[in-house]
Amino acid sequence: MSRSRAKEQQAERAPLAQPDFQSRRRALVLGLGAAVLVLTGAVFYRQVLETDFLAAEGARRFVREREIPARRGMILDRNGEPLAVSSPMKTVWADPRLLSQHPEAIGPLAKILDLDAKKLAQKIETNKTKGFVYLVRRIEPGIADRVAELARHTKELGLGIDTEYRRFYPGGEVFGHILGFTDIEDQGQMGLEQAFEGSLAARPGLRRVLQDGQGKVVEEIEQVRAPANGKDLTISLDHGLQFIAYRELMRAVQDHKAAAGTAVVLDVASGEVLAMVNQPAFNPNDLEGGKGDNRRNRALTDVMEPGSTAKPLVVAAALDLGKVTPNTSFNTAGGKLAIGGKTVKDVHAYGTLTTTGIITKSSNVGVVKIAMMMERETLWTLFDRMGFGRPTGVQFPGESAGQLRNYKRWSTFEHATQAFGYGFNVTALQLAQAYAVMANDGVKRPVSLIKGEAPAAQERVLKVNTARQVRAMMETVVSEKGTAKQAAVEGYHVAGKTGTAKKSFGRRGYAAGKYQSVFAGMVPVAKPRFVMVVMIDEPHGKAYYGGLVAAPVFARVMTEALRIFNVPPDVPTPGLTLAGLEDSK
Amino acid sequence: MATRPYNSALDSIPAGDRPGLLQRLHLDLPLLAGILLLGIYGLLVLFSATEQDPGKEQRQVLRLAMAFVVMLAVAQVPPRILARWAAPLYLAGVLMLVAVLLVGDISKGAQRWLDLGVLRFQPSELLKVAVPMMLAWFLSGRPLPPGGLGILAGAVLIAIPTLLIFKQPDLGTAVLVAGSGAMVLFLAGMSWRLILGIGALGAALMPVLWYLMRDYQRQRVLTFLDPTTDPLGSGYHIIQSQIAIGSGGVYGKGWFNGTQSHLEFLPERTTDFIFAVLGEEWGLAGALVLMAIYLFIILRGLQIAAAAQDSFGRLLAGGLSLIFFVYVFVNTGMVSGMLPVVGVPLPLVSYGGTSLVTIMAGFGMIMSIHTHKKRLPV
Repeated sequence: MSRSRAKEQQAERAPLAQPDFQSRRRALVLGLGAAVLVLTGAVFYRQVLETDFLAAEGARRFVREREIPARRGMILDRNGEPLAVSSPMKTVWADPRLLSQHPEAIGPLAKILDLDAKKLAQKIETNKTKGFVYLVRRIEPGIADRVAELARHTKELGLGIDTEYRRFYPGGEVFGHILGFTDIEDQGQMGLEQAFEGSLAARPGLRRVLQDGQGKVVEEIEQVRAPANGKDLTISLDHGLQFIAYRELMRAVQDHKAAAGTAVVLDVASGEVLAMVNQPAFNPNDLEGGKGDNRRNRALTDVMEPGSTAKPLVVAAALDLGKVTPNTSFNTAGGKLAIGGKTVKDVHAYGTLTTTGIITKSSNVGVVKIAMMMERETLWTLFDRMGFGRPTGVQFPGESAGQLRNYKRWSTFEHATQAFGYGFNVTALQLAQAYAVMANDGVKRPVSLIKGEAPAAQERVLKVNTARQVRAMMETVVSEKGTAKQAAVEGYHVAGKTGTAKKSFGRRGYAAGKYQSVFAGMVPVAKPRFVMVVMIDEPHGKAYYGGLVAAPVFARVMTEALRIFNVPPDVPTPGLTLAGLEDSK
Repeated sequence: MATRPYNSALDSIPAGDRPGLLQRLHLDLPLLAGILLLGIYGLLVLFSATEQDPGKEQRQVLRLAMAFVVMLAVAQVPPRILARWAAPLYLAGVLMLVAVLLVGDISKGAQRWLDLGVLRFQPSELLKVAVPMMLAWFLSGRPLPPGGLGILAGAVLIAIPTLLIFKQPDLGTAVLVAGSGAMVLFLAGMSWRLILGIGALGAALMPVLWYLMRDYQRQRVLTFLDPTTDPLGSGYHIIQSQIAIGSGGVYGKGWFNGTQSHLEFLPERTTDFIFAVLGEEWGLAGALVLMAIYLFIILRGLQIAAAAQDSFGRLLAGGLSLIFFVYVFVNTGMVSGMLPVVGVPLPLVSYGGTSLVTIMAGFGMIMSIHTHKKRLPV
């Protein structure tokens, strides 16, 4: 018998039912029952008592709300030319918790995205407890494709790509001041982008999706909110004219080494702004490094004293009241007039001038004499009705109201200086608006930057005849004997007025040698189509008179404007016509 | 020999009758029914959990069939042969454990596999049956209940493979192997005082155990105590599985409708954490049904143990039944967040072959013990 056999025999002989075994059995059944109870209890606890909480936790892990990108509204010129457009671009973001586990991917990623590898690695390291960080926003889709390719090769690399729209401004700096720009979150900053944020802004949609543990969308559940593209905005500017105005203003500012400049072209019939340009400028497509000063839309935000350009308004008031006629004579004496303890001077001694002659020669003495014929209140009321001292109402952030002090506080001398445009200030747009009243036969129309806005209430400010008489007077300015013969446009009768204001620095008085050269004019005189105001700030050099600095800009821009808008010439040019006819014979 | 007292249950086998087909195949009908039911139920759950990889389902069916054949084969081996093979099997297992530590394959940071050229083999699985066999054989060879020396020897027999497995490291299997031995010791009639004493000693030794643990094992215990401290790392499993179970509610989300499991939030959902898939899709009802099947199998195993003709059979059948229960308890306890995470599969449900074969071999032994009874003289 082998040893094991022996053992077996022994086993068989072992006593079986000891009393202890019964108690052991009870313990066993008890223990088993207890364990089953505990287990059931645990499962019951999770599935019945805690189920709501755990189910919600679970839902948080797989149901996500994701944005559906929407496009911001375009900004178009009056002819439908796009000035601001949004195009879909790609934004790359990372989940640093995952990406930090793949240090080997940082190098290739930085190379694709054209980032500094060390900085990228540091960015991931410092954010490695977070689930989201932008890497680059709004890049070319082609680059994003290469990132996607990289992410395909490594599981759970933690890179994501979204669509975001990027704003482009095809006109660059030419339209920069008007349009403003959008920030990184696609919100309008400055200009019309800011003013019309409400209607331009895109409203991204929202969809609820099922996603898996890797963040991939498995199934669309529902669209919570449809994406809504922003509304397009058609503005009153003319794309072509704006470019020409920009070019000519820039040239003038450079030629005269001026500090700044601004120009506004109004459509007389509608009150719409056709062009509005400024120097210096900025490019809204590339905001880095630009000075904040360059971004001001000076035509609306900066004020100037109108200087001699105010004189036709004073004369118009006197004409309207019947105080003078165009042929009323005034003795300007030796070009000096003592008033209120101070002296008003002319550049030259003009002797006796008619009302028209005062405008032609821009005589300070003459216009003061006319102003003194009227009450202060009368003068103030006219300026007020012309729109000085309050915003024009164009919807533009940061528009200045200008300053028109209450006539009750004018001293006698101030009563006099108002007549030649000192003691109050206006924006270039306000000045253009006032000239548009004279161009529009005395009816004031609100100005606008938006095309085809509902016509607001029109207001008669001057008699029809007054307006025509003042235009005829201003026409003499643009002639050999006037101060702005350089404003002349071939084939058209032009009316306008120059102004050369010493630059005011508020209470510190006037700066010596710092001028603002202005020309405000309209064309064609009989039924003006355009009003344009040109202001050159601090021209350096021999020429600083408005007639020499600002008037040429007017002439060049108006020449093109008349051509672009097909305005028929009102000056017959027989030589040309006959030559043409003779050729054809 | 005829004077031997017999349990009344034995009377159910009528002497002299022609044995039925199941009897001739040495199969026990209730146990077989329970196992088949469990196998089918497990396949249904697995079918949903392996949706992304249908090949797994086919492989699992194949493994179940293979394991069934193993069970059938083991059932043919009479208990006395099992007793004869207990010691050699145990010795071979321990030697292989030593070999694993010296030349074993490293998979997922642990040395558990032995590459025998044609097949990779996990010796620790063998010990899951070899240890209860060894103890049953050893203890049944001496008077019961065992004396102090017998218990000490038994403890050493348990400790050797347990420590070797713990060193691999494989905490889950070490616990199961130790448990399987302890169950046999318990059934053999170890005194209550000794059990309490060992329990107290174990509690006192906890700090020592802590010191011996690997970092990842310590981390698991810490995470078990508060999973939210590391929700993305080691706490992730526990949090996700609790969410899956909890969101099932009473009746579950329905077959194939579990979002946590299907959207890849639930890790190890086909293996150790398959109970969470069941909990999410079939709810409390499904979990209770599973529990009932397990309980039925275990109770039948214990019934067979009670009806065994000798101590070896009784100790082995009882030990195997109880350790089967420990499997279930440890796995479901872990998945429902009651116990720390140790790598113990849910028997007959989790995807995977090795442990399946071990468990079915155990059932084969239980069946063998029940069907190889000596005919009683009338």
